[in-house]
Formats: sequence, structure tokens, C-alpha cells
Amino acid sequence: MSRSFVPKVVSANDLRAGHVVYFAASGDWVRDIAEAEVLTDEAEAQLRLLSAMGHPTVAVGVYLVDVTQEPQGPVPVALREQFRARGPSIRPTKEAAAKEAAPKESANV
Amino acid sequence: MYEYSDFDEAFVRNRVAQFRDQVARRLDGSLTEEEFRPLRLMNGLYLQLHAYMLRVAIPYGTLSSHQMRALADVADRFDRGYGHFTTRQNIQFNWIKLTDTPDILERLADDGLHAIQTSGNCIRNVTTDAFAGAAADEIEDPRPYAELIRQWSSDHAEFQFLPRKFKIAITGSPEDRAAIRAHDVGLQLIRRGAETGFRVLVGGGLGRTPMLAPELRDFLPKADLLPYLEAILAAYNLIGRRDNKYKARIKITVFETGIEPFRDLVEQEFARIRPQFTGADQALLAEITPHFALPDLVAKDPAAFAAARTTDPAFAAWAKQSVTDHKRPDHAVVTISVKTPGEEPGDVSARQMRAVADLADLHGYGELRISHMQNIVLPHVARADLPALHAALRKVGLAAANVGLISDMIACPGMDYCALATARSIPLAQEIAQHFETLGLVETIGPLPLKISGCINACGHHHLGAIGILGLDRAGAENYQITLGGAEGPEAAIGEKMGPGFAYDAVVPAIERLVRAYLALRLSADESFLAALHRLGREPFRAALYDEAQDAA
Repeated sequence: MSRSFVPKVVSANDLRAGHVVYFAASGDWVRDIAEAEVLTDEAEAQLRLLSAMGHPTVAVGVYLVDVTQEPQGPVPVALREQFRARGPSIRPTKEAAAKEAAPKESANV
Repeated sequence: MYEYSDFDEAFVRNRVAQFRDQVARRLDGSLTEEEFRPLRLMNGLYLQLHAYMLRVAIPYGTLSSHQMRALADVADRFDRGYGHFTTRQNIQFNWIKLTDTPDILERLADDGLHAIQTSGNCIRNVTTDAFAGAAADEIEDPRPYAELIRQWSSDHAEFQFLPRKFKIAITGSPEDRAAIRAHDVGLQLIRRGAETGFRVLVGGGLGRTPMLAPELRDFLPKADLLPYLEAILAAYNLIGRRDNKYKARIKITVFETGIEPFRDLVEQEFARIRPQFTGADQALLAEITPHFALPDLVAKDPAAFAAARTTDPAFAAWAKQSVTDHKRPDHAVVTISVKTPGEEPGDVSARQMRAVADLADLHGYGELRISHMQNIVLPHVARADLPALHAALRKVGLAAANVGLISDMIACPGMDYCALATARSIPLAQEIAQHFETLGLVETIGPLPLKISGCINACGHHHLGAIGILGLDRAGAENYQITLGGAEGPEAAIGEKMGPGFAYDAVVPAIERLVRAYLALRLSADESFLAALHRLGREPFRAALYDEAQDAA
């Protein structure tokens, strides 16, 4: 791993539905950034990017996103990418609200 | 209300069929994204942060009740049960799937709606005064001309690939409720002697280089409208810059060329083009105009209105902000605030859309308007019906008495939805509105246009706010710059930046300091924020804005 390389994940939008997707180590596109493959090497990142671009009827606008590695998984560096990963800060959907509530419940146990 | 001709109907249906085929070819891989992108944008479909966004045109902001129900239907069936009205009098649906879009466009076409030319470097939806055809102060209804321009510009072969997008606004009133000086072309109907014509402005716009449009022609005969617009567009198409996206709008062309040489070029083109218009456009205009006739208004005794104002303070407060004089004294133009404090500005639920459509049928001859202030307007309501209308609006959460006040903010979608945004706008607007509501100061402050944009592109018109807020991304954190002194209308002005920006959490206290300074400094409740700013200069306001010690004390 090169010293100055900022870890990355591959992201895109789902062609059909438009939602945010991330590229997993399995080669699948996943909705949750926690399941994304974190790339820690420049050459590896470029190779995975090329590989991810090979699904033009699944994912649109494939690119690399800078992340930091946190205990809960990769967290995007840029504000915009944090919003892409989390969804809007307003009008939380039932799914998002459930996801927000889940860790609190487990912490209480 | 304009109803589609057979030609319009066939044109829109044909476009839906084409797009259905284009989507199928994209999904099976026959079209690449590079090939498909311009095609979807021509049909108003953007890819935003979390989903596709469909921008549906509301031509010159005019909707029928059945069209409003069609929008409600789309919100329910294909989105998350709401839509967002924009400053260009359009509606945006935020949670659209590509695979649903052909069906959505088909559904919209059933009620004479479409998304054509709501994106791309073409002539966009022509905007007007939301009170057009109703306001007491109007010289003439601008909408027949807006419809004429819509028909002329739709699929106009010469103007599909302009250097950049092109926005036209028309007002028929000297009050200018359409922000014409902030548009690529602004048209104002004026009288000269017995004749009515257009004052033509060119080269206004907001964004990263805000400019107020200078005058191109002081008086244009009405019959010259299309050839003259064609001459402006031809000149722009010829010398507008295509090398730099940020210098491609006509405001830069006019600024770099100079208004005099630009006018010479337009007049030269006009001399060439004018003879080609031999009257077909005027015949079309004559066909269009009767569609916009005032409905056959039923006379009603307005006594109930006056009575309710004295007995019901909530009604009186609402009527003070929401009711504007109509051409007919026993009627009124009603602005329904879509800015209930704490709610998302401009967002309307499907339930509210249906309720408002029903109220338009019951009290407003089935007519609705969307204003560039992101509110809904019922243009023709008998004054006698206003108490009943207000009671019905309360039931669906649309009776906020804040039109024109600090909580009636324009806010763009911002970072919560938009792919271009650098900071949030909607939650900040919600917090500001809620804060002043809690303080109980909204009515005391009086008229105070506050506008928020979540990036430099200025969709929230922050440059034109008496208080403007611009959200930026500074080293990975939201940072908000504050401008003061902007205005739209006849006294249009670009706001002036006050100094360093504020972190998200520091914005509400900063605005409160600013507003409290104004309340302390104003001569009386009749001196508006802008008037006080003009009298005193920016310094006392700037000082209050940055006097953070005041909060700590």
C-alpha cells in the first residue's frame, strides 16, 4: 500500500432505479456502503474501476470515492458523498428510519 | 385555459413513444449512456444524487384542476407521494425510476402535460406573473404570448443546441412579479400612447455571475415579437461562447460584446428575419388568445368577507398576506402558501394537490397557478368565498399566513437531492422559518424576502433576496455566505456579500441578530428591511451579523 494513497470505494447509480450503488468484492453492486470493497492501492483501484465499468446496463456513472476506514466501515470524505451514502437529511423513509433506529436498540441491549 | 390542439396532442404522444423506445434501447445496451443522456434530458429526466428526477413543465405556471390531479397521481403512483414546485413554475419529482418514466410521461400526456424542453441547451418553459390574467394592475394578460413562444420554440430546429439554456420571462404588469431582469430575455408589456407593445430586456441571469438584464428595445410592436426573439437567438447562437460552459449564457455574450454592438447585431438579424414572418404567427396568436379569456365570473356580495375579517383574527391575518386585488372588485387573487413553517418549502403532498384541485373547482373556476415563489395561486376567487376557502385550506395544512414574510422563503432542493449542490438548503429554510415562528416575530418583521441557494448556480435566487443565503462546501463542511440588499421587481438589485460565511449551526443565530438589529433600527413598522438598509447603509447590519459576542452574553 502506497503511503499517500487515500482509500477508495467504487460507486455509481443504478441504471434502472437511479439509487446509489457500491461495488462489492464479490463483483455485485450493493446499496450499503458498509458492504463496499475498500481499495487501498492505486493500481488495484484502477483495475476495480475498469471492472466495475463493465456493467453498462446495470450501473451508470461509475467512479472512485475517497473514504476513510472506520469501525462501522468506509465513510466518504466529501460532504456530497456522505449525503449520497446516507440519503436526504429530510423526510426519512421508513427504511432509513429503521436503519437509524437499529444501532440504538442494540446498544441498549 | 389553453387546451391542446390535435397537433399538440400528436406531438406529445409521438415524443412519449420515441422516449419509450429510447429507454428500451438503453436498457438492452443498444444505446450507451453518452448517447442516451441527451435524449433523457430532452425529456426532463435528470440523474440526481439518489434517484432520477423528472422535471415536468407547467407552461407559464398555469394548471387546470384536472392537471393538478394528474400531478398528484404521478406523485402517488411513481414517487413518494409528493412533488416540489420550482422557481421556474415547474414541478420536480425526486424519486423516479428510469423504467417508469415512459408510463409517467404517458400519464401526463393524458392531461395535456409534458416534460419537453425542461432541460438541455434550448428555450425552456416561459415563465410569467402567477397573477397573470387576474391582477388588477395588469396591462394585458402575458400568457397568450407565452403560449405563442412555447409553440414557436418547441422543437425549433435552429434553437435545440444553443450555447447554453435559455430562459424567457414575461410580465403584463408594471409590478413585475416574474423577475424579468434575472432572465436571458425579459419581456414587459407596456403602453405607448394607444399602442401596447413589449419592452425587451436581454442578458440577465443569476448563477456564479449575477447580472440584471439591460434594455435592448424600449418598445417593440407586438406583431414583431417572434421575429425579434428569433433575431436575438440567432445573434446569440452565432457569437455565444461554446468554449467555456461558465461563459456560455447570453448574459456573458451581452456583457463581453457590449449592449450597443449586440443591439446592432440583433437589429441586423431582425431586418433579415422580419420579412419571413408574413402573418401566420399573428393568425396563431389570434387562435390562442381566446383560450385565456377570463372565466365568466359569478357576481357575489362580498359582505361575508368583510364580516369574517372583523370577527376571525386568524382569517384576517391570512387574508392580509394571501389576498391580492383582482380585475373584478368582488373577486380576489389568492396565494396559497406552500411554506408552512417547519415544512419543506415548495413541497406539496399528493393529498394537498388533490385538495387544492377540489378547492379550485369549488371556488376558483378550476384554474390554478404556480408562482416563481414556489406557492400555489387561485387566480379567481369570489371574495364572498374566502372564509370557506381559508377553512378548507386549514384542514390540509395550507393556510399559513406568511406570504411575503420571512418564512415565505425560496429554497432550492440543495444537497438533500441535487447532484450539483454544495450544501443543504431545505432543512436550513425549515429551521429559519420555525425559529422566527417560535419567536412570534414573523408578522412583526413584515415583508422580508429571504432566499436560499445550495450552490453557486443560484436556483434559490439568493442574489435577489433582501437576505440571501448561499451554501458552499468549505473543506468538507457546509458554509453559508450571507448577502444583503437584493431585490426583484421594478427595483431589482443584486445582493452584496457581507463577509466570511457561517457554519450550518451558526446561520439561524446570525439571521436572528440581523433581524433584531433591523427591528431596533427601523423608523416604524412601515419601514421595510430593504428601506432601512437603503437609509442606513450596510454597516449596522453587517456589524450585527458578525457580533457573535452578543449571543454569548
